[in-house]
Amino acid sequence: MAKTASKQINKAKIKPLRFDTDWQYDPAPESAAAAQIEPEYGLFINGKWQKPDSGQYFDTINPANEKTLSRIAVANEKDVDRAVRAARNAHEKVWKKMAPAERGKYIFRIARIIQEKARELAIIETLDGGKPIRESRDFDVPTAAQHFFYYAGWADKLNYAFPQKKLNPLGVAGQIIPWNFPLLMAAWKIAPALATGNTVVLKPAETTSLTALKLASILQEADLPPGVVNIITGAGATGAALVEHPDVNKIAFTGSTSVGKIIQRSIAGTNKRSTLELGGKAANIVFEDAPLDQAVEGVVNGIFFNQGHVCCAGSRLYLQESIAKEFIRKLKDRISTLIVGDPMDKNTDIGAINSKEQLNTILRYIQIGKKEGAAIHQPACSLPKKGFWCPPTLFTDVAQSNRITQEEIFGPVLAILTFRTDDEVIEKANNTPYGLSAGVWTDKGSRIFNMTRRLRAGVVWANTFNKFDAAAPFGGYKESGFGREGGLHGLSPYLEINS
Amino acid sequence: MPINKNQTRLSVLKTYKLYIGGQFPRTESGRYYTVNDADGNALANACLSSRKDLRDAVTAARSAFGGWSGKTAYNRGQILYRMAEVVEARRIEMIRELTDSGSSTAQAKKEVDACIDTLVHFAGWCDKYQQLFSAVNPVASSHFNFSVPEPMGVVGIMANNKQPLLGLIQPMAAAIAGGNTCVIVAHTDRPLAAISFTEALATSDLPGGVVNILTGKTSELLPWMAGHLDVNAILMSSKDNSAWKDTQLAATANLKRIVSLSENDALSPYRILDLQEIKTTWHPIENIAPAGSAY
Repeated sequence: MAKTASKQINKAKIKPLRFDTDWQYDPAPESAAAAQIEPEYGLFINGKWQKPDSGQYFDTINPANEKTLSRIAVANEKDVDRAVRAARNAHEKVWKKMAPAERGKYIFRIARIIQEKARELAIIETLDGGKPIRESRDFDVPTAAQHFFYYAGWADKLNYAFPQKKLNPLGVAGQIIPWNFPLLMAAWKIAPALATGNTVVLKPAETTSLTALKLASILQEADLPPGVVNIITGAGATGAALVEHPDVNKIAFTGSTSVGKIIQRSIAGTNKRSTLELGGKAANIVFEDAPLDQAVEGVVNGIFFNQGHVCCAGSRLYLQESIAKEFIRKLKDRISTLIVGDPMDKNTDIGAINSKEQLNTILRYIQIGKKEGAAIHQPACSLPKKGFWCPPTLFTDVAQSNRITQEEIFGPVLAILTFRTDDEVIEKANNTPYGLSAGVWTDKGSRIFNMTRRLRAGVVWANTFNKFDAAAPFGGYKESGFGREGGLHGLSPYLEINS
Repeated sequence: MPINKNQTRLSVLKTYKLYIGGQFPRTESGRYYTVNDADGNALANACLSSRKDLRDAVTAARSAFGGWSGKTAYNRGQILYRMAEVVEARRIEMIRELTDSGSSTAQAKKEVDACIDTLVHFAGWCDKYQQLFSAVNPVASSHFNFSVPEPMGVVGIMANNKQPLLGLIQPMAAAIAGGNTCVIVAHTDRPLAAISFTEALATSDLPGGVVNILTGKTSELLPWMAGHLDVNAILMSSKDNSAWKDTQLAATANLKRIVSLSENDALSPYRILDLQEIKTTWHPIENIAPAGSAY
């Protein structure tokens, strides 16, 4: 009986799914009024808001409608110097002398205030960066709070992490973070640095400074001693001044591989330590025995989460040949249901591209993909007139050597390739200078362990993708950078460990 | 090389060659340099390795990486222990190589004994450091999540240490115990013991290509090593500031890790960890049973 039924199903002609109905989602907007954004922000140095020596400010806009949200100070070399001095002073006089348990209590306080202000932070994150409110509400902000909570508890337990070792903080950490997860990246950087007794000068990305500046007011509210964390804003020149400052002991950077290499060159021959979390071009590998519908969800989450502005995005999809056709059909069906548009709407799946500059980069790569002969597929969707938008994009008929297979696009663009054997896909997946993350979809346990072992990447997701946690170390192999953030392994990059 | 007048037969002098991929080739460059004893008397001719030799050695190390890192930890441990056994058997020869090139007998004995004991020490670490540096991470979602150390890959080692043999064996043992393969540039002025050591390696169970040893000028070979895109890490002394800086600059080409050779704490699992990456793996945990059910 069951056999006959399955035969009938196999014989039945698969019709394309139809989603065109009269039913529409009602708008479900989050309220911008629930967040307070100041018209102007100075620099947060030594616990106070200070005017920039540069006298300059720049506008930060909402990428979903191009409206100005606030104006933000530009820190020049003198401002950077002031911030580093404040951090040094706080390190020598206060922070490194403080009982570790007390340090931890400050960090716990920060975690709690982030939780209290979660809604406001999520709104600001979405307004400033363009990511769907559902993601900033359910992922960015709670995970940021979790990082502070997790590392707070380490502050007085470091000797259990490194038994029989003499531990010392490095001193002043200069931290430069990207625009894709602004508050979360600030938490990834600040929380372990503080727990290990370092003080911080943090520079957020110029397009997404607002949640970091909101965090500064949270630090004030937590009564964190002045100078322990300083937050300075500006573009690349501000970051360069921080990297080059002679009194900075540690550089922690998350961003592109090309800028990471510039930073490495700039600190070569100095005693500065560094942690780099750089680019990626993750292979997401689907075997024929995988639960396909579940894998489709994972692939969609892998590349379209946060508009694909994710260094560990699953931007190369490797499908086993036997299921490639079916899988691509399912994937096309699925992305035709994704809602692209107002990031403040709680139903939105794909928000705004973070900046015009990034949109141009993505569009350039889409042109490159077409010129290289790949077949493009984008679902029909209406995009808002104002703001920066890119529909979810699939490329099929892609070659391993194509630039859209080799280079990081950092947008909602997926290159789809095929394979036959385990060995072949390992070869293809590892054939990249990057090594940040990878994904495997299969129902076979022994194959999962074979694949996850042989993939040269710092994070490997099996039957899931794009999962993050304060307790889980994250970081790259090869040109995706070095050092780990998160978990016990995230402590040593901020410590001098001696016997 | 003078003939000892008391000898009744002409001794057979050894030709010192390179060790690449388990073979003993001469340098492809045809160049050599003379190795002297402490008094400046010629001891032997050694190969003055070239950029091409270095590239060949990296290729051999890369080819050996999959097999070596894929061996079971227990097996790697046995092979390191076997290396200690074969060096022990050549202890007298190693001591003589060191005294010939300037060590006192006491120093040489101490150094060779430390070499053998280092190999035994790291043989024991092969199947233990993972348990020290791994973690099952208590993530706040329904996933099984764990982190384990994995070898970086091909490691370059600049063994220009005061102790020509121990300075090579300590970083080598830490590198290969952790599943890396390596290309070692031996002590420039005192390379002979290193070459004799490779003869011991060739008769141990260590697969060819896991350890490759070149002789020649560090200053000549290091820049090529630093810029080589298939080298994952370099272990070197940070004492020479300009070489340290130049190497870091060239290493940015592929972001290879530049690790300072630590002379203190040489017998430590942290020296293995210096050459490891941490990999975090996630897998969902099924959650079907009703919440709170006891079993």
